[in-house]
Amino acid sequence: MAYHNPDGVMIGLEIHVQLNKLNTKMFCGCSTKYHNDEPNSHVCPVCLGLPGSLPVINERAVEAAMKIGLALNCDIVPQTQFHRKNYFYPDLPKGFQTTQYDFPIASKGKVVIEGEDGEHVIGITRAHMEEDPGRLVHIGSIDKSKGTMIDYNRSGIALIEIVSEPDMRSPKEARRFLDKLRNIIEYLDVCDTTLEGAMRFDANVSIGGGSRAEVKNISSHKGAEKALLFEIVRQKNMLRRGGTVVQETRHFDEARGVTISLRTKEQEHDYRYFPEPDLVPMRVADRTAKVVETLPELPDAKRERFTKEYDMADMHAKALTSEIRTADYYEEVAAKVDAKVCTPWVADVLKGELNYRDLTVESFKVDDMVEIIEMVTQDKITEKSAVEVIRAILDSGGSPLDIVKEKGLIKVEDDVVSTAVSEVLKENEAAVADYLGGKEQSLNFLVGQVMKKTRGRADAVQAREMVLESINK
Amino acid sequence: MSKAKWMSISKVRESIAASSSEEVTASYLDTISKSKINGYVTINEGAIARAQDIDKGKDGEGHDGILAGVPIAIKDNISTKGIQTTCSSKILQGYVPPYNAHVIERLLDAGAVILGKTNMDEFAMGTSTESSHYGTTLNPWDHERVPGGSSGGSAAVVAAGEAPISLGSDTGGSVRCPAAFCGVVGLKPTYGGISRYGLISYANSLEQIGPIATNVSDIATIMDVIGGHDPRDSTSINKEIAYRDSLVDDVSGLKIGVPDEYFGEGIDEGVEKAVWAAIQKFEDMGAAWEKVSMPHTKYALASYYIIAMSEASSNLARFDGTRYGLREEGENWHVMASRTRAKGFGEEVKRRILLGTYALSAGYHDKYYLKALKVRTLVKQDFDKALSNVDVLMAPTMPAPAFKIGEKIEDPLALYLTDVNTVPINLAGVPSISMPCGLVDGLPVGLQIIGNHFDESTIMRAAYSFEQNTDHLTKRPAGVE
Repeated sequence: MAYHNPDGVMIGLEIHVQLNKLNTKMFCGCSTKYHNDEPNSHVCPVCLGLPGSLPVINERAVEAAMKIGLALNCDIVPQTQFHRKNYFYPDLPKGFQTTQYDFPIASKGKVVIEGEDGEHVIGITRAHMEEDPGRLVHIGSIDKSKGTMIDYNRSGIALIEIVSEPDMRSPKEARRFLDKLRNIIEYLDVCDTTLEGAMRFDANVSIGGGSRAEVKNISSHKGAEKALLFEIVRQKNMLRRGGTVVQETRHFDEARGVTISLRTKEQEHDYRYFPEPDLVPMRVADRTAKVVETLPELPDAKRERFTKEYDMADMHAKALTSEIRTADYYEEVAAKVDAKVCTPWVADVLKGELNYRDLTVESFKVDDMVEIIEMVTQDKITEKSAVEVIRAILDSGGSPLDIVKEKGLIKVEDDVVSTAVSEVLKENEAAVADYLGGKEQSLNFLVGQVMKKTRGRADAVQAREMVLESINK
Repeated sequence: MSKAKWMSISKVRESIAASSSEEVTASYLDTISKSKINGYVTINEGAIARAQDIDKGKDGEGHDGILAGVPIAIKDNISTKGIQTTCSSKILQGYVPPYNAHVIERLLDAGAVILGKTNMDEFAMGTSTESSHYGTTLNPWDHERVPGGSSGGSAAVVAAGEAPISLGSDTGGSVRCPAAFCGVVGLKPTYGGISRYGLISYANSLEQIGPIATNVSDIATIMDVIGGHDPRDSTSINKEIAYRDSLVDDVSGLKIGVPDEYFGEGIDEGVEKAVWAAIQKFEDMGAAWEKVSMPHTKYALASYYIIAMSEASSNLARFDGTRYGLREEGENWHVMASRTRAKGFGEEVKRRILLGTYALSAGYHDKYYLKALKVRTLVKQDFDKALSNVDVLMAPTMPAPAFKIGEKIEDPLALYLTDVNTVPINLAGVPSISMPCGLVDGLPVGLQIIGNHFDESTIMRAAYSFEQNTDHLTKRPAGVE
């Protein structure tokens, strides 16, 4: 059923992706691994913008940018160039940001998401390279701050800014788009998205074809959905009260879940872009083919391959490929045990247990998973016991075999059960007679005795069948 | 050595061999201490210790660099680790760079001893050194006159015998103009010929560091040390030039182009005569000259000032009092930054930041900045065309000799107009050397020899031949031997 978008919501997103998997920053040799270190310990004349310092382009960053562009189905510009975006802010040590303007490295791409009414295409306007500013640490919230500290460790980290078309029609679609984008970025291995500040978002929102508000400072997918929901309601209320939505920039206060006006259109900056004279235009056209070769299999392609190669339902393929680490994990397990058997174990059981605990597949050893699946296929433990083992490992660690032994989960051999059955029948002839005489409860008593003799290790259903079989013989 | 002297690098090295770098350095410091021209902003407190280190060398054998123990003066916009670098601005008072510019690294490797940092127009914005926060430098030939600018200190201290050699920087004539006014030799190399790493930017796309000396050979020696590729400057080009190899006294067959446009309205009669006499001398030495046309010269000045001010408005944004230099307090960051900039920058710097900001603003960007870039391309084409027919161009460096202190400072436009013969060279990025070619009323006249991109060899050969066959470089200011 087609989605009608009753409020005429149009959402466009700008996503900043930190290339924190590169060893060095965008224009200098400083390390990008600053997250656990003292403030201002990963700095040099270049990223501090000291007088006389000059930028040098990090070639690895250019390659990463090209990878992202190609993965988003963009055209790669033959010759790219950097510009200066001029504005004053204490986190910006040069008083301008080195970024790209009319020759972004990539443009005109698209990403397909699961929309409100099935597959939905989100246009990618452009993806360009720039440098991250430093980080301001406000004492208190932004509008009531008593003081501010600056950490330039982040200054100069390579960023890719991805700008989408306003093609999302609901906060849910925005969330889906961000999930998909994160998935692609992780596949490309250019960004550890789990690090603080690795992905940051600005959103443009309008309803009913009115003016748009730009919401800044969104730092999580959940936050994006929350900010958008708030903003849409705010704009609807404004219109209902007879007001008009003005074009403005708003700040998202994640703690309070509200957006606050920062500046209106009249107060917007004139960034006075002009070509960065310290960097010469860079030809990348002849590098594109080589970068294409280094592109990994992307989520959509992997999903399709999984359904074919492992003969699985699309639902499972989607669940397994939505994160590169889950997909890789699955393939490792599937290489060691029957793929068809292991699919539900990884896609449904393990993923479910991990999600419940907010954990990732790294928390569960491939070998443990293989061992557990093998125990099930070799009929050593029941499926129910297998789930119990998985939970035990996630909650308190240990090896599958130890847990099985400790909890006495090993299924007993059939002959042990049948011996127990014949002994029980011999010892309880009266009960057998009662059952044959029509007293149903006697059967339960007999099965209970078998379970008691096997100390519960027998499968109750199987024991019941064997008891019936022997009586009716 | 109690008297100020002009010393070539080889003479200085002879003195060092006869005594020590420590003695030679001390003698220069003594001369500087008695100076009346205000050529230095900062004296290097570590100069004597450095000279002693050079005298000792790594293993007591002395330093074997080509500039071992040779004192040098450095323009105050070139970063020197541990030595205050202010660009002659109040806003950078107390700023001590934690790193050396590329050229400083090279000079130190070659054994040079930094005497101090020389006075300049604030942030290299000027033609007279009068916009320095630390007061103007006096022209050693006539203390009532300006030394030229913006590298006024660097040229004046060499002319006054307060340093044998120096480094300046040339954005629109800032090495050649003071070299001309002070009667010494100055080179603006091809854009990309020397790394700008550590040079505090005024207008990045136009400027180059350049040497100043009392003779052409020393220019070549310094260029051999500081020239060449540096991966830290993306605009530096990997092209090795053997500067000293080009010091050949032979101009036979050299084709000289003389652009009429450089002898235009307002040119001093004496300057015109001196330059034509020089061209005549070249003809006598076996060269041939012809007139060439460079029709876009008249637009160069406007284009230059728009581009330079636009870039400057962005380059100088970093001086906000947050991290280094002057800081004025304020109730929030924006007030603090505004007050710091209001107090720290001088008149001329503020004028250029404002004009540059205006030229880049929405609505004016296309009309001014983009148009200036288009004119720049046309000016470049003038040079390409002219230099495809001749080997070098010759013209007056400055249309008139040094003017009086205070004569033009109240009239920025008149001051800008004096750059008419130097800025087209920066727009085109070609190399140009200025050297003395005579005196007018006791004041030196500069001859400018312009070459093709990376063809420093040809202009150096021409300059060297002229030096060998004339006595212009034996003329010194009064009181200097």
